[in-house]
Amino acid sequence: MNYSEKVMDHFINPRNVGEIEDADGIGEVGNAKCGDIMKMYLKIDDDTITDCKFKTFGCGAAVATSSMATEMIKGKSISDALQLTNSAVMEALDGLPPVKIHCSVLAEQAVKAALTDYYQKQGIDPEPIVGKVPEMEEEED
Amino acid sequence: MEKRIIYADHSATTAVSDEVLQAMLPYFKENYGNPSSIYRIGRENERAILDARARIAACLGADPKEIFFTAGGSESDNWAIKGVADKLAAKGKKHIITSVFEHHAVLHTCEFLEKHGFEVTYLPVSPDGLIDPQQVADAIREDTALVTIMYANNEIGTIQPIAEIGAICKAKGVLFHTDAVQAVGNVEIDVKAQNIDLLSLSGHKFHAPKGIGALYIRKGVTLPNLIHGGGQESGKRAGTENVPGIVGLAKAIELATADIPAKTAKLTPLRDKLIDGILKIQDTRLNGSREHRLPGSVNISFVGIEGESLLLMLDHYGIMASSGSACTSGSLDPSHVLLSLGLSHEVAHGSLRLSFGEEFTEADADYILAVLPEIVERLRAMSPMWETIQKEGIHFNEDKTKLVK
Repeated sequence: MNYSEKVMDHFINPRNVGEIEDADGIGEVGNAKCGDIMKMYLKIDDDTITDCKFKTFGCGAAVATSSMATEMIKGKSISDALQLTNSAVMEALDGLPPVKIHCSVLAEQAVKAALTDYYQKQGIDPEPIVGKVPEMEEEED
Repeated sequence: MEKRIIYADHSATTAVSDEVLQAMLPYFKENYGNPSSIYRIGRENERAILDARARIAACLGADPKEIFFTAGGSESDNWAIKGVADKLAAKGKKHIITSVFEHHAVLHTCEFLEKHGFEVTYLPVSPDGLIDPQQVADAIREDTALVTIMYANNEIGTIQPIAEIGAICKAKGVLFHTDAVQAVGNVEIDVKAQNIDLLSLSGHKFHAPKGIGALYIRKGVTLPNLIHGGGQESGKRAGTENVPGIVGLAKAIELATADIPAKTAKLTPLRDKLIDGILKIQDTRLNGSREHRLPGSVNISFVGIEGESLLLMLDHYGIMASSGSACTSGSLDPSHVLLSLGLSHEVAHGSLRLSFGEEFTEADADYILAVLPEIVERLRAMSPMWETIQKEGIHFNEDKTKLVK
């Protein structure tokens, strides 16, 4: 697998790994059957993402894209975080092998899922703001 | 602990050994003649091929005329299966028996033949990765052209009851092919005693270079020509011979088969030490029979982590290994071999294959056993799947193939 130095760096030394106990928004995307699950925790203060942590089950690219996504939204406003695209995550990692592009899509979705959860907790309908985030697929055998 | 560099991926490929390289070198520069040429360096090359063919045959219990050089295992498999299919279709035999966990060189060839009017029976394997000879016997029909069953599985290292299957095929008058790519040099092979009609082997699995292999075709079995052209390989596979490769293959197979009992005696305790040590890690599973397995092959599943990230971490610590996880193959499905054992996707995703050869030492095993638990712990600590498993009390079912609440 032709991973860039940046992907390897974010895999071996992932940034912001862990949980936030009193998170304001938590999003989980992917499923175990396909081999990738990303869980994103956000701490939000006055429309600013003050802290962000993640947990990922998946390949090297899945870990690296989640790590990079947390770096890219930490300290940013919610509206900036909503602008985060999978291609921006990929670019920041100096690219991904074609079969791994879906990992960057998952990273973008994890951020959006966490923001959806944040708005739901606020009693605000997230869909007009965040858009639709694909539901986690049901696990089946 | 001091970092070590450990190559534990012998089932993928091996380095060309010094002895093999030395044997090959003269055939690149000084002795470069075309074996079909009449002058001295041509004749010397022809003799080198004759000599190599005889030595390879001797290692398999075959006759030199029964050895045909190819570019490797996949070519040999393709030739054997399509060749028999082509020959016997004319006699109305259009049924092939194989197993669900063959190498893709066999499976995809069988799928190709299905598109061309052949019927293929894919035998299941037992939960510990073995094929039941009785099932082979039961599957054989009037119109069965070929049984093709691998000698040893490339992912989980299980050794199949080849002699029993060979005897059944002989008794029923059906041709028997085995992909022995992982077996050569690890188990004693005697094509006559084991009633094997066709056998594929690949040099780079036992310290010959990549790009050279062979197909054993028992005398009396006629396959169609694979490559049309000159008279090389009795006209069956035309093209100027890969003389350095052929010479290297002969040297390598002699070395690999010289003392299999000694090699087994050396590697088996190291393998078992690795298995026992790794299984001490919580929620792990040995894939494949413990008893009927290659001496240098270990395959373990780790719940809650994914194979590729495990391999990348191991690589970071200097350990080169392989996985049956989806991510290494570029598809979303985990390996068909692990799924054939009945493993759920969740369990199959986190698997590790360690395969090693004679240079593997006790210190290497100790290093792997020191490093691996830390890596697994670290990956599990960042795995939301592991978190769910812990919180919800999810655990293995009885045969450790699935996760249940």
